[in-house]
Amino acid sequence: MSVSVEEQVIAIIAEQAVLEPSDIKLTASLDDLGIDSMGLVESIFAIEEAFDIQVPFNANEPEESDFDITSVASIVKAVKALILEQKPI
Amino acid sequence: MQRVVITGQGTVNALGKNVSQTLEAFKNGTCGISDLDFRDVDRLSIKIGGQVKGYAPEAEFNRQQNVLYDRFTQFTLLAAKEAVAQSGLTFAGELAAKSGVVLGTAGGGVTTWDENYRTVYEEGKNRVHPFVVPKLMNNAAASHVSMTHNLKGPSFTVATACASSNHAMGQAFQFIRSGMAKVMLTGGSESMLCFGGVKAWEGLRVMSKDACRPFSANRNGMVQGEGAGVFVFEEYEHAKARGAEILAEVIGFSMTSDAADIVMPSKKGAARAIAGAMKDAGINPEQVDYINAHGTGTTANDKTECAAVADALGQHANDVMISSTKSMHGHLIGGTGAVELLACIMALREGVIAPTIGYEEPDPECALDIVPNVARQAKADVVLSNAFAFGGLNAVLALKRA
Repeated sequence: MSVSVEEQVIAIIAEQAVLEPSDIKLTASLDDLGIDSMGLVESIFAIEEAFDIQVPFNANEPEESDFDITSVASIVKAVKALILEQKPI
Repeated sequence: MQRVVITGQGTVNALGKNVSQTLEAFKNGTCGISDLDFRDVDRLSIKIGGQVKGYAPEAEFNRQQNVLYDRFTQFTLLAAKEAVAQSGLTFAGELAAKSGVVLGTAGGGVTTWDENYRTVYEEGKNRVHPFVVPKLMNNAAASHVSMTHNLKGPSFTVATACASSNHAMGQAFQFIRSGMAKVMLTGGSESMLCFGGVKAWEGLRVMSKDACRPFSANRNGMVQGEGAGVFVFEEYEHAKARGAEILAEVIGFSMTSDAADIVMPSKKGAARAIAGAMKDAGINPEQVDYINAHGTGTTANDKTECAAVADALGQHANDVMISSTKSMHGHLIGGTGAVELLACIMALREGVIAPTIGYEEPDPECALDIVPNVARQAKADVVLSNAFAFGGLNAVLALKRA
């Protein structure tokens, strides 16, 4: 259980981008990584499964969602916030 | 009216992963029906089927593709690849705009429905994979074929149960014949060999527990199969101009509806479809050398079909060869007419009639030449392919030697 949230999110994104996790920069956007809208919804599904959380995201209006997908770093931050909110220790 | 020819064929089914393996099995009278192998099969009372074995999707498609392709789509894409490769066609510009894909399937992504119902009902989860809908939809296979081969003309999916493929191929034929399209990929596929798929069929009590024995007096039901068959239908002058090898010519098609019963077949409806296909092709009954029967191995179908053939062909019914290859590959439901067309083309090209295997006892109600148990060398110039669906929807194709 020592794998961090950041490492897990990066692993999920790397799989979608067909890249090695080491090639995923935190500053990269999903566009930079070649992840399209289908890859995005699949990543969100994988994140929900991995952390057992609900991600508030509507593919019709991604910019309106609370879930910030601007960069890998923003996704990691958003996932951490959702874990705290939905699974308080 | 344009003439329509077949310039490519491809398949995956229980008898083989391609056309040559399948034709070899037809010639040897090989049975592809075996013990079903999937989750919870022990809870079924029907445990046999024409299942495609030794098949690994990971070996054929990458991860991104496999999350989007149900098994029925996978089979379709493999069959389409083989058919297009044989035709030698590449689709670009004007040809792409005048080419399309019409495929048959009865159930579409049944395995995807089954797996995801398990997730939400059996496992109680409240979340499913985002691609469930694009994976299970009935037109997924047709759409992926159009995307893979750049077919930009008319494309859609036909769902008429066991006649789906014949209806689809009939549409493709008419599109080219009328000048609406130059090339059509057509045929069909089915893959409902999963717990829910077979359980649903069990309910109807028409399935055999041991073998598919069409026309045999001791027949006791149908056996389900899976797989795909895809053909390249092409306008004759177009095929000739590019020096393509012509496998066969499609010369007629007819469809009728019984307007009678949701499951019981009607002799009249079937006979009208057979007669209609001959009329459309401009041929007399005496010219028909071989009929690939619907021949499901159920009591009702086989006797009704034989009576319909006798009605439509008159005296010549005693001389025509008629066989059911479902005895070997099982009933592929919406994909069945497509795989069976391979046997029709084999008869025309090679003069080999695929047998009806599993034949044990003559049935006076099925007293036609059903080419029992072993393949036969016989010249065939004109053949018919029958498909009669639940819901009383009948579709018959007529083909001629190239």
